[in-house]
Amino acid sequence: MSITLPALPYGGGELAPHISEQTLGFHHGKHHQTYVTNLVKLIEGTELEGQSLEAIVKASAGDPARAGIFNNAAQVWNHTFYFHCMKSGGGGKPQGALAERLAKDFGSVEAFLEQFKQAGLTQFGSGWAWLVEDAGVLKVTKTANADTPMAHGQKALLTADVWEHAYYLDFQNRRADYLDAFLAHLVDWDFVATQL
Amino acid sequence: MFTLPDLPYDFSALEPIVDARTMEIHHGKHHAAYVANLNNAVEQAGAEVAGAPLEILLSGLGRVPEAQRAAVRNNGGGHWNHSLFWRLMCKHGDAGLSADLASAIQRDLGGLDALREAFGKAALTRFGSGWAWLVVDKGTLRVTSTANQDNPLMDDGGLPILALDVWEHAYYLQYQNRRAEYIESWWKVVNWSEVSRLYQTTV
Repeated sequence: MSITLPALPYGGGELAPHISEQTLGFHHGKHHQTYVTNLVKLIEGTELEGQSLEAIVKASAGDPARAGIFNNAAQVWNHTFYFHCMKSGGGGKPQGALAERLAKDFGSVEAFLEQFKQAGLTQFGSGWAWLVEDAGVLKVTKTANADTPMAHGQKALLTADVWEHAYYLDFQNRRADYLDAFLAHLVDWDFVATQL
Repeated sequence: MFTLPDLPYDFSALEPIVDARTMEIHHGKHHAAYVANLNNAVEQAGAEVAGAPLEILLSGLGRVPEAQRAAVRNNGGGHWNHSLFWRLMCKHGDAGLSADLASAIQRDLGGLDALREAFGKAALTRFGSGWAWLVVDKGTLRVTSTANQDNPLMDDGGLPILALDVWEHAYYLQYQNRRAEYIESWWKVVNWSEVSRLYQTTV
């Protein structure tokens, strides 16, 4: 199985004005592409070549000798997942079974949304905010740099990229405004529900 | 109370290497937020840390109450690192590398080109947010890097005399994903007189 850059699930300008075409162009075309290119080079000729991306992430997680492989593999996975978590005209409140699960595990959908935003705001430096399923329970978590729920036995349901490159051209230092826009206008709750 | 130091030059002074808009947001928003958050954390920490100089706080984080330790580390580091960073740059750069520092660079790192290569590599390969450093560690020059707003003071890793911010906010408006280009360009605005002066304080 060769590692390649997946296409965006929408046109580059479709998330504007919340995320600009310029941001997505760099984010997908340069950052995501570079992680793919680096990973392909790093696993070439090793026993990881030909394995699935998930297998590579799991095999390299927690292994200091394979930090470069883990960082690039996890970032390929995180970005593909992140881009699929958004759509034009998304955001607002989830419905149906997902909303019921959120209300059960967080007290209310609103409480979940606030926790998710706080996770994104308080991840110091580069990283990610997540909604995960952990042993049957929905939780909000945050990870640094490339770290990813899969490396901790958790299933990712939703993520927001809080590396500055995800929002700096559009929001600069205003990470809170980016997270508000992400939740209010971009989250593809149908995609999130299919991850349950 | 910690306060935001003025920049020692105009926002546009480092153009075209670092653009005015980047400097304005970097100093007026990012650095200012570290100062405000640091003051909040120190106030909450109370008597144990009240009035302590920043260097003392950062080199002895174990003495900061646990509830405020991460905030002091992140925001105190952010304040100290940026305060140093601004002083290490100037308009058109400055060629005043002292003979003492030049010979120490030759002795410990193999010369200025070797320093640039090692320092540039440290800056480029710091994954995520962080800083590249040239430190004087027990009399010897050493290149290193740290994550986020950590710095060498925090683990007795020597005194920094040269620093480069590789958080994306330092370069993204102008260079986007091209961190290597930012690093290479940045040498043109280094204030070697100030780097040399800092070196002299350590010997």
